[in-house]
Amino acid sequence: MEWVNAVVQGILVGGLYALFAAGLSLIFGVMRLVNIAHGDLIVLSAYIALLTMQATGLDLMTNLIIVVPLMAVLGYALQRGLLNFTLGRDILPPLLVTFGLSIIIQNGLLSYFTADSRRLRSGALEVSSFPIGGGIDIGVLPLITFCIAVGVIALLQFVFYATPVGRAFRATSDDPEVARIMGIDNRHIFGLAMALSLAVVAIAGVFLGARTIFDPASGPARLLFGFEAVIIGGLGNLWGTLAGGIILGVAQAIGAQIHPGWQLLAGHIVFLIVLAVRPRGLFPRVEG
Amino acid sequence: MPETVLQVSHLNAFYGQFQALFDVSLSVEAGEVLAIIGANGAGKSTLLKSIAGLMQVPARSVLFRGRPVGGLPANEVVKRGITLVPEGRRLFPSLSVEENLLIGGQLKRPGRWTLDEIYKLFPVLRDRRRVPATSLSGGQQQMCAIGRALMSNPEFIMFDEISLGLAPVIIKDIYAALPSVIAGGAGAIIVEQDITRALEVATRVICLQEGRISLEGRPRELDRATISAAYFGT
Repeated sequence: MEWVNAVVQGILVGGLYALFAAGLSLIFGVMRLVNIAHGDLIVLSAYIALLTMQATGLDLMTNLIIVVPLMAVLGYALQRGLLNFTLGRDILPPLLVTFGLSIIIQNGLLSYFTADSRRLRSGALEVSSFPIGGGIDIGVLPLITFCIAVGVIALLQFVFYATPVGRAFRATSDDPEVARIMGIDNRHIFGLAMALSLAVVAIAGVFLGARTIFDPASGPARLLFGFEAVIIGGLGNLWGTLAGGIILGVAQAIGAQIHPGWQLLAGHIVFLIVLAVRPRGLFPRVEG
Repeated sequence: MPETVLQVSHLNAFYGQFQALFDVSLSVEAGEVLAIIGANGAGKSTLLKSIAGLMQVPARSVLFRGRPVGGLPANEVVKRGITLVPEGRRLFPSLSVEENLLIGGQLKRPGRWTLDEIYKLFPVLRDRRRVPATSLSGGQQQMCAIGRALMSNPEFIMFDEISLGLAPVIIKDIYAALPSVIAGGAGAIIVEQDITRALEVATRVICLQEGRISLEGRPRELDRATISAAYFGT
């Protein structure tokens, strides 16, 4: 039963990993930008949530109404003000600039918040759980996180495949030059994509902060989990990303069950196996 | 005297150090169809790209209805009513046929072209509107590319290598549709390697050779020997 429990808990944490991954995948898909600062932006969101919760006294969930739009606006500004200038034929400038951004965010957080570990309080949610039989308990917060992750993926899927802006995202991703001839302003579309990505990042940051402690150096590990979930699931497939997150979560939970020190290692090993056997991921986007 | 719709003056265009166009000047009057012919690498596509906003060129080197549009980003140029059917169709592969057409129409410029009108012009596109654009045949893809460009209700339309890689029977169909495509607008430019076709539809012809205009005239004023000399530079 311990093993079943490990799998169940792994699936739930996988939802969080899918949230880490979705924004990353979206940005890469639309503008071929690998955002090295993605993990740090997740942590930044958690800190912003910490501040706004203290300032307004709102609870964890309601506070999303503040953090999500804030991060979306930041994303649009970041894209229009900085990242658009790095995009071109060469993939190196965006890598370097977002790497620099990552260092700036980490050090900025360090100097303002110190290196102390923080946590977002979620009141009764923190400890509530319910039994599902067989001695397995499901935490309410992990379950909410998972459901929101599924909801976010479904929403992104809808935006991408059933709205004009999603159509513009896909067209720009296919052929930016012809997209411009069709009247699509790439800079604006990229701004919208980053806004959407950071809105998801905000949700990810809030639930990360509620689930575990975080400090200014927590970002890079989240970036890694996000990357692994994207690669396992297959680039350009949102439901695949969710599956990738779940597989990573389950692998880590089973690893931890075998030996506490194996938690992260098991996740990396599964990632490496997928990369070696199915380099395009388990559920690659179907081409043409 | 007819109104000059498009005026290109003393246009030089560069790819880095490489100069692709040298002091090119031309104009298109209202209702005219200008054919641009020339060998590979003569600068035909560069000329169209310069007009469409895909090259960095001085503002006053391209005037549209008297207003400078040179060097504007392509998404601004199309808002002013100039559109390009790019070489090799370049449909969006992850979009369906209908989505490709809708992308062309998302500027919502007013005019006669709607999804229905495009489907009337090319009925085969209606039958296949749900399939990915890349699963169309070459000719159908060209129809889709033309339809996509028309959806922006352009005043001025440019076709780059409209018949390249298509079967002769398909080319015939496409050219049969061209008059009704062009009639709604104020003018058109056709870049074409098939000189016979180009001369049939054009009211005026320009030949480019190594980035310079080597010949200009009306189709019936030009004989084969003159064209061939301007084309190959012999």
